[in-house]
Amino acid sequence: MKEKKLVCGNVALSEAAIRAGCRFYFGYPITPQNEVTSYMSLRMNEVGGVFLQAESELASVNMVFGAALTGAKAMTTSSSPGISLMQEGISYLAGCELPAVIVNVMRGGPGLGNIAPSQSDYFQAVKGGGHGDYRLLVFAPSTLQEIVDYTYMAFSKAGQYRMQVMILMDGLMGQMMEPVSFPEMSESFSYRNDWALTGCKKREPRSIKSLFLEEGVLERHNKNLQKKYGEIREREILYDTFLADDADVLLTAFGFCGRLCKKAVEELRGMGIKAGLFRPITLWPFPGDVFTGLSKRSRKIFCVEMNAGQMVEDIMFYADDKNKVGFIGRTGGGIPSVSEIVKAVTGKR
Amino acid sequence: MREIYKKPEALNDNITHYCPGCGHGIAHRLIAEVIDELKIRERVIGVAPVGCAVLAYNYFNFDVAESAHGRTPAVATGIKRALPDNIVFSYQGDGDLAAIGTAEIVHAANRSENISVFFVNNTVYGMTGGQMAPTTLEGQKTLTTPSGREKGTTGSPIKVCELLSVLEGARYLYRGALSTPSNILKVKKAIKDSFQIQIAKKGFSLVEIISPCPTYWGLTPLESLQYIDNKLLKVFPLGEIKNTAR
Ligand SMILES: Cc1ncc(C[n+]2csc(CCOP(=O)(O)OP(=O)(O)O)c2C)c(N)n1
Ligand code: SF4
Repeated sequence: MKEKKLVCGNVALSEAAIRAGCRFYFGYPITPQNEVTSYMSLRMNEVGGVFLQAESELASVNMVFGAALTGAKAMTTSSSPGISLMQEGISYLAGCELPAVIVNVMRGGPGLGNIAPSQSDYFQAVKGGGHGDYRLLVFAPSTLQEIVDYTYMAFSKAGQYRMQVMILMDGLMGQMMEPVSFPEMSESFSYRNDWALTGCKKREPRSIKSLFLEEGVLERHNKNLQKKYGEIREREILYDTFLADDADVLLTAFGFCGRLCKKAVEELRGMGIKAGLFRPITLWPFPGDVFTGLSKRSRKIFCVEMNAGQMVEDIMFYADDKNKVGFIGRTGGGIPSVSEIVKAVTGKR
Repeated sequence: MREIYKKPEALNDNITHYCPGCGHGIAHRLIAEVIDELKIRERVIGVAPVGCAVLAYNYFNFDVAESAHGRTPAVATGIKRALPDNIVFSYQGDGDLAAIGTAEIVHAANRSENISVFFVNNTVYGMTGGQMAPTTLEGQKTLTTPSGREKGTTGSPIKVCELLSVLEGARYLYRGALSTPSNILKVKKAIKDSFQIQIAKKGFSLVEIISPCPTYWGLTPLESLQYIDNKLLKVFPLGEIKNTAR
């Protein structure tokens, strides 16, 4: 068995990225993801990579853009207000089809908000954020081991599809500690780069751009993007269930709330209530069809989130009957407790 | 027979979209000639701005990327950090570099990012129809300063080279103008110096190129050149502003 290490989520993420071959990290400090910048400043040195503290999130995402243009594996991380600043760059990365990994360790908002954990950037992650028609492949890990596994996977998916992958987790996941085992160092240190800008030695010059002025060309470009997103919808859906097959009451949650709901399901089962959990791991593409199937078997569905109700809109959209859906949520850095969830489900106060 | 004039290999055979008398075309040609002379065409990666030069990749015969408006130095930084042996330059207008991208250029210079910046200063926003730029002269009429730029409400022209000169990382700062043949040759020499500084890994350099925009100056191409010499150079003095890269 692989040796396990006790680390916090931000370090788990950083080491996993390095093991996936990421050698270019650009970032700007913001709580609660500061362990990433400090860890990367040390580790990138050891592995011969590049760590650069940018002057802003605008700059860091555009440095990622520059490195990605050359076919390099690049990543940036931030927390909610910083991710807002990155939206311009993310839209350009999408327009230019450049592979990149972007991590949002969410905190309470809107505005400067607070530094407590939150899940209130769900809309921004899965519905847009930047301008234009684009999608991000969004992974929402629920354990530190999942942070490691999906960060590692994020780099290969980014390269495979030439797209932007977001790891969406809340501040608690970044800060808490758990034992994890890390994968091997990836052998292939860079993406396929037969499209990249490397200097035009022995080939025709290339340009990478997102401006398409000629009649119909931008529409064609958008159609191609949508075709790619369609393929990802077909192939890349991930989710987890817990006692969901015979569930009378189905809880749905992502990320840290998924863990809380698992405990709540156990307590509810102890009380004789047939509860189960459906947890999307890819928030986009959303595991809609799977969820529709499950929803038919349940009498009541609850969506538990650390926000005012964002994923619940998708849950209602995909549920066989939206009148079955209830919402349990805390905002502004509040974390629902297991007993709060149980009480809400059983209707007791 | 001796060939005395030809299209540089680093330029494509394309008809440009620039207005008659515009300086961008001359600046492109100078960069291309220098790239040919230094034999670096296959190592160069250019970063085009948002502005009239956004289509630069149509004209340059080497790898060119596009950047978001003003983020050009951050994009160039990412490229150069990933490929330190390539020759990376950013090409930026005054809106791109001195307004929306002020932070990016200051910090790229301060890190002494080993890139070359070619900064085309035409004192207006060309692409969006002739609005005020940070470099617009006092009294200059633009789409958004219809009665002339007034210092009390909109500030005075930013002198980018002087501004950057206080940063230790800014190794070479030169201001030239595309107004007379001799000035144009000096710009070419400065572009060459900038690339050579980069090749020698000596850090950040920037060449400011005062360039005519007849369209939004409301002047003929010839009047534009006279306007540069008579008016602009009083505010933007020419020559080497700083050189610690020798
Ligand atoms: C974020 C953003 N804001 C505004 C614009 C619109 N815009 C395009 S070019 C430009 C100004 C360009 O002026 P300059 O950099 O001086 O270059 P020039 O066109 O004069 O060569 C502006 C404001 C944009 N494309 N993106
Ligand atoms: S608007 Fe001005 S800068 Fe733009 S192409 Fe025309 S002359 Fe050149």
